[in-house]
Amino acid sequence: MATKAFQKIYTKITRITKATCSLHASGVGNEELATVNGKLAQVVKIDGEEVTLQVFQGTEGIPTDAEVVFLGKAPSLKVGDQLAGRFFNSFGDPIDGGPDVEGEEREIGGPSVNPVRRKQPSELIATGIAGIDLNNTLVSGQKIPFFADPDQPFNEVMANVALRAKADKIVLGGMGLTNDDYLYFKNVFSNAGVLDRIVSFVNTTENPPVERLLIPDMSLTAAEYFAIDKNEDVLVLLTDMTSYADALAIVSNRMDQIPSKDSMPGSLYSDLAKIYEKAVQFPAGGSITIIAVTTLSGGDITHAIPDNTGYITEGQLFLRRDSDVGKVIVDPFRSLSRLKQLVIGSKTREDHPQVMNAAVRLFADAANAKTKLENGFDLTDYDERTLSFAKDYSEQLLAIDVNIDTTQMLDVAWDLFQTHFKKTEVSIKQNLVDKYWK
Amino acid sequence: MSTKGIVKGIISNLVTVEVDGPVSQNEIAYIHLDSARLMAEVLKVIDNKAFVQVFESTRGLQVGNEVEFNGHMLEVTLGPGLLSRNYDGLQNDLDKLTGIFLQRGEYNFPLDKEKLWKFTPIAQPGDKVVAGSWLGEVDENFQPHKIMVPFAFEGSFTVKSVVPEGEYTIMDKVAVVTDADGKEIELNMIQRWPVKKAITVHAEKPRPFKLLETGVRTIDTANPIVEGGTGFIPGPFGTGKTVLQHAISKQAEADIVIIAACGERANEVVEIFVEFPELDDPHTGRKLMERTIIIANTSNMPVASREASVYTAMTISEYYRAMGLRVLMMADSTSRWAQALREMSNRMEELPGQDAFPMDLSAIIANFYSRAGYVYLNNGKTGSITFIGTVSPAGGNLKEPVTESTKKAARCFYALDQTRADRKRYPAVNPIDSYSKYIEYPEFEEYISERISTGWTAKVNDMKTILQRGKEVQEQINILGDDGVPVDYHITFWKSEVIDFVILQQDAFDKIDSVCPMERQKYMLDLVMDICESDFEFNGFMQVMDYFKGVINVCKQMNYSEFESDQFKKYENELKEILAERKK
Repeated sequence: MATKAFQKIYTKITRITKATCSLHASGVGNEELATVNGKLAQVVKIDGEEVTLQVFQGTEGIPTDAEVVFLGKAPSLKVGDQLAGRFFNSFGDPIDGGPDVEGEEREIGGPSVNPVRRKQPSELIATGIAGIDLNNTLVSGQKIPFFADPDQPFNEVMANVALRAKADKIVLGGMGLTNDDYLYFKNVFSNAGVLDRIVSFVNTTENPPVERLLIPDMSLTAAEYFAIDKNEDVLVLLTDMTSYADALAIVSNRMDQIPSKDSMPGSLYSDLAKIYEKAVQFPAGGSITIIAVTTLSGGDITHAIPDNTGYITEGQLFLRRDSDVGKVIVDPFRSLSRLKQLVIGSKTREDHPQVMNAAVRLFADAANAKTKLENGFDLTDYDERTLSFAKDYSEQLLAIDVNIDTTQMLDVAWDLFQTHFKKTEVSIKQNLVDKYWK
Repeated sequence: MSTKGIVKGIISNLVTVEVDGPVSQNEIAYIHLDSARLMAEVLKVIDNKAFVQVFESTRGLQVGNEVEFNGHMLEVTLGPGLLSRNYDGLQNDLDKLTGIFLQRGEYNFPLDKEKLWKFTPIAQPGDKVVAGSWLGEVDENFQPHKIMVPFAFEGSFTVKSVVPEGEYTIMDKVAVVTDADGKEIELNMIQRWPVKKAITVHAEKPRPFKLLETGVRTIDTANPIVEGGTGFIPGPFGTGKTVLQHAISKQAEADIVIIAACGERANEVVEIFVEFPELDDPHTGRKLMERTIIIANTSNMPVASREASVYTAMTISEYYRAMGLRVLMMADSTSRWAQALREMSNRMEELPGQDAFPMDLSAIIANFYSRAGYVYLNNGKTGSITFIGTVSPAGGNLKEPVTESTKKAARCFYALDQTRADRKRYPAVNPIDSYSKYIEYPEFEEYISERISTGWTAKVNDMKTILQRGKEVQEQINILGDDGVPVDYHITFWKSEVIDFVILQQDAFDKIDSVCPMERQKYMLDLVMDICESDFEFNGFMQVMDYFKGVINVCKQMNYSEFESDQFKKYENELKEILAERKK
């Protein structure tokens, strides 16, 4: 970054830790950017003359006489239509070899939307995956994470969702992505020929962890540009938010803050909420939908990161390997979309809510039957039938490789009911049974 | 001459200010940043350094920025026109703010200065009055909104004049009072009050005893809350906390409902914004929004004003209570409020208590809950604030500081249970862990005997015993197997299931079942307890489940039917036939 005439340059650093350095300076604003020997840093604390900077790339090799230049602005992104189709790093600099983006410079991490200026979300997002569309329908303006163990194929599912959702723009925010996953996303998007509607901000595991703190705000600033200025429907993919929270913990630790649950900073809830609450449906038509990934350790959802996330997001999606059919399915029990009530049965066919509940209930009966079997008890005829239903249901609807529309999903469900059960066993309202049971 | 200061240090939203004069704890200060003024509150003073928490983002703030102190604590403006409004935690009218985004430093006057109100005098010249005495009233959305002697007035006053009946704005003079020294004071319809101080203009605060009907069976029948009572709802995410809370605020028999959305999802607040203007108040037939005030401080709004939001809501509640009205206040969620306290305590580098919460968390929570209550006003009228808070326990673990502290402060406990929610048994209030202390009050027993029937509390107690017994028996069956226990065990278990399905479970999305008036609750409890107290004849356990499933199905159809309609009676007769088959 070029030095400008009016900028003051300091060369005496008084304190250095692994992530921060301090110096005496004046006229410095809170959260202002600076460079320390060319490395980007941000003001995190001012105490009289002493200013503490968080150095995004880490402080390795920074000498006490490093050159510190204050840039007089908070982190920002140049926004414009040219963002589409481009790949950037955490600082919004191109990493695809293309030219710099020209456009209006906007501060990232801007203010929140006034709640009375929001519109209630009401547009269904079709993904073709029945485990989502049928049981946990997504709505534009929603925020929902995948809760998944690191070995599960959440990035693949997310890429599929992104490609099938009819979004005008897709913003990918990659935090701590492995290089392989980064290349995977790049390939999938370019093979599908959709690169022109994708904007990516990527921090891979090769980059310093603290840098990734900028990724969500960069991604969402780009998303707000398209959603507000262009009235577009924008889908934001954030993977993986656990890496983001880990980076927060690192910085808070270096600043000697007292940790709360699971060594996370006490402000974790507010920090995550500020990101997720950017999901919104605007009355003018534009929207921001956030699909995120929170990796779990051994499926533990009581850990501070998934726990705080669960209180913020509008539901969560769980993936699980179903050994009976040898496929990964969207777990119908633990997954939940809180906004599905706004669209199912109204934007989809009338029988959707009842069919969805009936199928999940029968799937639960199958789980009970399975427990009985494992404990050595005898199975009744009904138990046997639920088990065979569960297998078909898993294979034909829950599996993540399904790609059909919602009406087809409902037809498949009715077919399965008829194959395995009697009319009275599905406990669906009589008028719907009369209409759809052939 | 007010105190001024200069910014000396900044960490996130904690700012150190060097001051040139006296400052008081919790005083409000404004920090000048370019053309904006950022509101802040004093949290700590050391020598000439005041530590203030800023209610806004501090981005761009510099050492050397000017600060002015206004000599007041955080205050709200009280007067006609509060109802139906959507405020933020600092009482800014959200609808008046311009633009899509909340701009920092943009504050507005919370009431309408132009609107004319039809004023009717109550006090006469010569009347002796004190703080909180009623001078007159205006009609605010069909509620008698009393214009009172400001709560901040000390000592007694004499009314010199009250304007005649007519139309006035809130800024117009409506009365003149003289103090003990004969000094005249002109009063208009508004007054200001610091939110962190309780309004105590009542004569007496007895133990509350009057049932507050919510139309939710698992509350009214099993663990009733009373007018002026306190309760809390802890639950892991996804257990239906919000649905239950919305149901209570829609249906409760209150004059005024105040909802503090404290650090929760914005889309849920939008749901209230969209639904309440459409929904009818089941008691008056008017629109719900007419009796409601929403204090919305969603999770992405500044954390310091989140802390203020619950106090703002409570102060407005106290204002309406002083008019002799029944107020219901809901706060969702008090855990977010506690987290806001934790964030600030952490920045101030105070020694942390359990889970890094401040040491005085328990005292702060207890103090806050104590502001609710049933009161006798100085003129003999009564008013109440019923307060229900939700708690979002980390990891669903009820042994965390916020839940434990709240448990000490609140008298009703509605434990939302993950297993019940997983099995779709809504509302997922665990009938055995939950409690209401009010049911043990002799005052309540006397009241409820008169309102419903003698022996009501004993009957409710019997119901709980059967539920408890059912749970114990179920555990035995799980261990010993279906045929390893006597048939009686199955009967006991299924009787408890009848109570669960017919009384405890309720469909919040069904037009009829969602609201169950007390009369109907009594009818159904009598019916169900009659079944539970009967003996039945079975040949083997296989028959028990099928039989009681049939009983449950018919009772549920009754719940879904209009009370005492033909359809309702048809199912009731069907039930009688089924019972006759097996009753001994």
